[in-house]
Amino acid sequence: MLSIVKKFINKVFSNVFRVKKHVKLGLYGPPNGGKTTLANRICQDWLGENMGSVSNIAHETREIQIKEQINIKKDGKELSFNLVDTPGIATKIDYEDFLKHGMKEKDAKVRAKEATKGVIDSIKWLDDMDAVIIVLDSTKNPYSQVNVTIIGNLEARKIPVLICANKTDLKKSDVKKIKAAFPQYDVVPISAKYAKGMEEFYEGLFVLVGK
Amino acid sequence: MVTLQFVPYTEIESLSSIGRIRKLLNIAKENKIVLLQGRLKKEEEAELIKTTMEEVNKDFKGIELAVIYPEQKKKKDSAFNAMRNTVVNYVLGDRAGFTIIGPATIVKQIKQDPDKIELLTEEAKRKKTKKQKHNI
Repeated sequence: MLSIVKKFINKVFSNVFRVKKHVKLGLYGPPNGGKTTLANRICQDWLGENMGSVSNIAHETREIQIKEQINIKKDGKELSFNLVDTPGIATKIDYEDFLKHGMKEKDAKVRAKEATKGVIDSIKWLDDMDAVIIVLDSTKNPYSQVNVTIIGNLEARKIPVLICANKTDLKKSDVKKIKAAFPQYDVVPISAKYAKGMEEFYEGLFVLVGK
Repeated sequence: MVTLQFVPYTEIESLSSIGRIRKLLNIAKENKIVLLQGRLKKEEEAELIKTTMEEVNKDFKGIELAVIYPEQKKKKDSAFNAMRNTVVNYVLGDRAGFTIIGPATIVKQIKQDPDKIELLTEEAKRKKTKKQKHNI
């Protein structure tokens, strides 16, 4: 009974002050979409530090990374969340792809093994998220089954989704194609690398977490 | 040579989720491209990716996956077509559309756009530069 009253009071007060606490916000998407670059951008903006390393070679993030208690303040509103950066989801991993980037065979095999585990962990964590940002490379075809499967699963679990069309600084970027592929979702064009579109992104974040 | 194995929906209908995934993955691991009538449930698709990753080894590099189903185009449809698709989906359930699952060693890439699928296959490693394109 006491916990119900406590929950009710918390809910009322959080609505009054527009503060949502302990939201678990996941960054999902295919490899090399820019999830960690976006995570670093968010952490730099609000904590003044990076979250993880980035690389042109796919599967740089092979373990779930969590940055706790990020507080965002904007237009009198406040949002506190734990940011969860996940390894890119793929349906295939071949160590030979890493060799093409000049990696040694032994290292490439280790990376491939860790990457497969990373994909498994990412899928396992889907259920734990309160809201998810899908980070897509806007220079690539969005009609990939990995994208559709991730978004479909989040939809089935009733987890709110915001899509980031990343890498808009590149010539091949085609945000319209991403919007056409997922017309039922909000799509925010950003360049996480060059901090473009971040204001719109944070506005989208407030809407997402408020859902 | 590329082998396509057609799997009618009736063959997986009575199976459990694990059973469905096992059946489809086993065919893909025999280096055949699976052409499944209909589609898996959304949760099963994610589970298929997870199971695939658990089984990646030096011989099995994973899969390429693509699903085409009428629901994908619902936002662009007219009200009549949307209603018709709803009825078709209700009657056919997950039998509508089809799913392609190809072993990554055979299927290099699947391009989906969204009602056309292109399979880019690679014959053998010794013919690395030779890619073949199949439109479905």
